[in-house]
Amino acid sequence: MYILKRFFTMILTIWVIATLTFVMMKFIPGDPFASDADVLPEEVLNNMRAKYNLDKPIAVQYVLYIKDLVSLDLGPSIQSRTRSVNDIILSGFPPSALLGAQALVLALVFGLLLGIIAALYHNRFIDYLAMIIAIIGISIPSFILAPLLIKFFSVEWGLFPVATWGTWKHTVLPSLALASMPLAVVARFMRSSMIEVMNANYIKTADAKGLSTAGIVIKHGIRNAILPVVSFIGPLFASLITGTFVIEKIFAIPGIGRYFVDSIFNRDYPVIMGTTIFFSVILVVTLFLIDISYRLIDPRISLTSKEG
Amino acid sequence: MEQLLEVKNLEVNFRTYGGEVKAVRDVSFHINKSEILAIVGESGSGKSVTVQTIMGLLPMSVADIKNGTIHYKGQNLLELKKRELRKLKGSKISMIFQDPMTSLNPTMKIGSQIAEGLIIHQKISKRDAKEQAINMIKLVGIPNPEQRYDQYPHEFSGGMRQRVMIAIALACRPELLIADEPTTALDVTIQAQVLKLMIELKEKTDTAIILITHDLGVVAETAERVAVMYAGVIVETGTVHEIFENPKHPYTWGLMESIPDFMSTTKERLIPIEGSPPDLFAPPKGCPFAPRCKYAMDICVDQMPLDYEISSSHSAKCWLNDEQSPNADEVLALGRSLYE
Repeated sequence: MYILKRFFTMILTIWVIATLTFVMMKFIPGDPFASDADVLPEEVLNNMRAKYNLDKPIAVQYVLYIKDLVSLDLGPSIQSRTRSVNDIILSGFPPSALLGAQALVLALVFGLLLGIIAALYHNRFIDYLAMIIAIIGISIPSFILAPLLIKFFSVEWGLFPVATWGTWKHTVLPSLALASMPLAVVARFMRSSMIEVMNANYIKTADAKGLSTAGIVIKHGIRNAILPVVSFIGPLFASLITGTFVIEKIFAIPGIGRYFVDSIFNRDYPVIMGTTIFFSVILVVTLFLIDISYRLIDPRISLTSKEG
Repeated sequence: MEQLLEVKNLEVNFRTYGGEVKAVRDVSFHINKSEILAIVGESGSGKSVTVQTIMGLLPMSVADIKNGTIHYKGQNLLELKKRELRKLKGSKISMIFQDPMTSLNPTMKIGSQIAEGLIIHQKISKRDAKEQAINMIKLVGIPNPEQRYDQYPHEFSGGMRQRVMIAIALACRPELLIADEPTTALDVTIQAQVLKLMIELKEKTDTAIILITHDLGVVAETAERVAVMYAGVIVETGTVHEIFENPKHPYTWGLMESIPDFMSTTKERLIPIEGSPPDLFAPPKGCPFAPRCKYAMDICVDQMPLDYEISSSHSAKCWLNDEQSPNADEVLALGRSLYE
């Protein structure tokens, strides 16, 4: 019942996003052929506008667009005239998703570890060290970290390729660059949450039972401390796997992120719409999965009681 | 009678930003096998800190055990390695906490929380542990133990949760149970049930109990011996009879006077002990109760009273018990103003 309700909400959300994007896009001055307007004759421009339905009233364009969307056809790209938006997403998404997934795993594994260790050594040297690492991770932007990684790991030590896409080795540096910020954020979340949990009364109960510190942390600490981190994973996951423009630009990776940005400069309406909706679908689905996982982590959270 | 646990000259300080808090000062007491010892005293008197020291539960980042020994069957718990102490914790010595609402892990099934201790200490299989845990749930009087095993703490009421805590504590048949205000957070009707349950189980398993409470009614009903704590010091200790019939410390007198009398037919005000406990950042060098004591003499302010033995089981830290001291009424008659 909850899942059904949630499903309809998701469809509704995506429709609202699609409509908003459509409206905002139409508000941007200029059109896809603005740069060609000086060179091409008026008839040619009109023909091209007609091809993409741009000559019709906005309401009609909107209806046509939603119709295509329902049939999962995101339309043709205006900029690269031979490819459809579906093609662009299908070819650009796998590299972005792979990088994103690797970065997410890195960020979670090491972020959680760092956070837990910092919490256990609260206010001691290891804690300070971990938090210094975290602050560095948060404050160094990826477009600075990426060139540094390239300089040392590729140029100086020759361990990994400088850029482009191909083997597993090509994914290492961009994944690292992508992971550093979320890793730091996860570590900080986990630390503060874990410090709170380790002061809880039930931890004292576990201690009084004769459990070892490791046993207390693993069996009683982590599961109770991880909720704030989980709520952060949702949007993080969506943004990581749908590509990040900066990293893909620096490493020349044929991911989806650059289409997202390029399309806006080119007024490539179908690509803007397509990538935006693709991003929102992923985000909405992830958030849905996260909500379900809350319930699995904390039995006190009920999925039905407060709905409706 | 065989001594089970003996605490001697225990001193515990807490490091805070404001300075050192002297939470427990020169505390000594013992408990015999299968005996119930009550430690009474108001909030902040050091009761909980004392027993948490026994269990090694104090946060060592702020707590400082300055002095003392805690002998359990001949071995000093304070000198044991962490790993050795863990073997005793939960199996030989276990503990029930004050607040059942927060003392159970909210994301773990009740049954697993009971079985956990069994698995660690008795090295039995998960299935055997489950069986024993279900028996424990039955033993503490929770209906439908098999179904309850798979439920989470939020599905239990406060009283039921405290029963679960008792099941956890008694699962490994400990020789000593420390109950830190086990009924304080419960409804009055539930309090009686939980206490009764503890006493019943104690009879069955022959467990000794250190019962921490500030409810003198509970003490009178359950305990065999009593230690009265004030400002980190045990001011009087004796059998229940001695403490209730023949108390020898003005603080104990105050406690007795402040018990409401339900049998009385006239309207009477409760008699409180005036004033508040001393600042433990800088405890008075004399008797900690002197500033609030109607009977305080000059020596009380200057010197910590000796521990006067009234009988072999009864002693009190009050100068009034000294041979040279006038008796209490005479002190009162001198009309010494308290806050001069």
